[in-house]
Amino acid sequence: MSNNNNSEKGMGFIIGASSVGTLIEWYDFYIFGMLATIISKQFFPEDSGTSALLSTLAIFAAGFIVRPFGALVFGRLGDLIGRKYTFLLTLILMGGSTFAIGLVPGFKTIGWAAPIIVLVLRLIQGLALGGEYGGAATYVAEHAPAKRRGYWTSWIQTTATLGLFLALGIILFIRKSQGVEKFSGEWGGWRYPFWISLLLVIVSIIIRMRMKESPMFAKVKAEGKTSVNPLKESFGHRANFKMVLLALFGAVMGQGVVWYTGQFYAQTFIENICKVNFVDSRNILMIAILFATPFFVVFGALSDKVGRKWIMLIGMLLAVFSYRFVYQTFIDYTNVAAKRTMIDVSKTTKSDAVASIDAKDKKKALINVRYDSVYTDGAVYTFTKTDTLHFARDYTGNTATIAYIIVKKDSTAGLDTVIVKAKTAAGVILPEGITYITAEKKSAKPGVVIEKSLDSNTFWKMVGWVFILILFVTMVYGPMAAFLVELFPTKIRYTSMSLPYHIGNGVFGGLVPFLGTLIVEFTKTKELPGGDPLAGLWYPIGIAALCFVIGAIYLRNHIDEDVMD
Amino acid sequence: MLLSPAIVGFLFWQAAEKIGKASEATKANVTLQWSIILIIFFPICIGLLIFGYYAFKDAYDHLPESSAEITDY
Repeated sequence: MSNNNNSEKGMGFIIGASSVGTLIEWYDFYIFGMLATIISKQFFPEDSGTSALLSTLAIFAAGFIVRPFGALVFGRLGDLIGRKYTFLLTLILMGGSTFAIGLVPGFKTIGWAAPIIVLVLRLIQGLALGGEYGGAATYVAEHAPAKRRGYWTSWIQTTATLGLFLALGIILFIRKSQGVEKFSGEWGGWRYPFWISLLLVIVSIIIRMRMKESPMFAKVKAEGKTSVNPLKESFGHRANFKMVLLALFGAVMGQGVVWYTGQFYAQTFIENICKVNFVDSRNILMIAILFATPFFVVFGALSDKVGRKWIMLIGMLLAVFSYRFVYQTFIDYTNVAAKRTMIDVSKTTKSDAVASIDAKDKKKALINVRYDSVYTDGAVYTFTKTDTLHFARDYTGNTATIAYIIVKKDSTAGLDTVIVKAKTAAGVILPEGITYITAEKKSAKPGVVIEKSLDSNTFWKMVGWVFILILFVTMVYGPMAAFLVELFPTKIRYTSMSLPYHIGNGVFGGLVPFLGTLIVEFTKTKELPGGDPLAGLWYPIGIAALCFVIGAIYLRNHIDEDVMD
Repeated sequence: MLLSPAIVGFLFWQAAEKIGKASEATKANVTLQWSIILIIFFPICIGLLIFGYYAFKDAYDHLPESSAEITDY
């Protein structure tokens, strides 16, 4: 068979050409998620309830939900006209839409057209990604020799994680070289990762143009045996449809949640729940990815020897039993109260409280105080508190000296009270020339931002635990492409494997950060205002556990020698 | 097979409870969030129901050895 005749060098080119394009598509898809906060500020109106609604739709749902539709559209094309041209098309669509997102003016310039255009482009991104992966995995698998199919396709499996790595790296690099202010501006550096995509895509298109059609598909086509209606044959016939359902509920569903919980949710959790700063939280994930990525290939190759099923299912089971422990460890490592090292008083600072009048509402003043607690091991915990005062009348100036006492409850600086320049109304003593106004009341809920820079020891321990989470990802995801390819026949393979893959990953997996955060919100009560930070893990744990049970009962640990039929 | 209607019932119950408890300010947002969840997971639960039905009918007792067994058309 032609797939057995490919030399190592030939396979290297096939893998390289397929992987680079797929990696770039993942990169394109993830930069949107990584820059979600800036994007929502740039493309949606400030202080608008509607903006929150549209942001939710655009950022959490749209890109992920349309992936299965992309799988149907491009999967069908791939089974009708061929793998090569279809995933060339998806690459062009993805690159074009990503580049275009970087060109859309902000809400301040073109109003509501901005979020609508971005939403449409995001939908195109999701559709393109839905068509890409199935094509690349199918293409590589159909070239690979049977006994090394797991090994060769596992290279494709590294691309999703490496795409995430690339996205993180480029964003961090630009942010660091430009500074936060410049990076976040309307035409700031956050747009560069979108523009860079164009270059990457052009290179990838040139490489892919040199590729030949899959030998199996070419043979099927030459014999006139291509599917007339891949959608009907994939999902309209019980014998194949039952395998689509088995792939989804017995393998991909669990893999999707493990993938996103081990990477995206871990980073979100470390940043938002553990309050580790922007750079550290991303560096932890990047380093862990770097060390864990080779294991995709290790487990892919191992699956050629021991079968795909149990490697994937053991990965799921380990995830189910360890998630709560690992995430609790993240909390413990970053818990200030449990810290045993001493605060370095000589370096610990408290900024002068700054009061500024709200530009939009002159009856409001914002009081801002920042504490930096430096520990002897190098950790820095920053506590910023912004309180809002309300006046009976408009205030005309830009800054004010206001009677106000900040009582610091959550800070780690060891200082409990700070008085902002002036005294209370009862005993006012003010320098001459300073305007003094009395605040009628203050907002019940001050804005508190806590940011932690980790000490070196804690940082590396966090990297170690994230590495273990990603190791589970490599177990469930490394053999997945070979597993899916072997489940379906050549003529409807692209369509049949793409749909369960993108429902499992795009829907079950992609919604992990969203649903995890939502579940934590549900646990918030008056007694427990912060909610149960680990509650969000019940979603991936439940899905992975269900998938493990279904997979253990119904999947077969079988390596298909001949996927040519 | 029984799990699917149970999940659907649970989701609808949770949606009704959370939307009912939401304040006026957050009602629209909560309704949208739950609408998205229900729209996404309802068809998936139907798929799970069909999967359960196939499993109940022992359709997975024998998995195909070759593609010829899959293409029953």
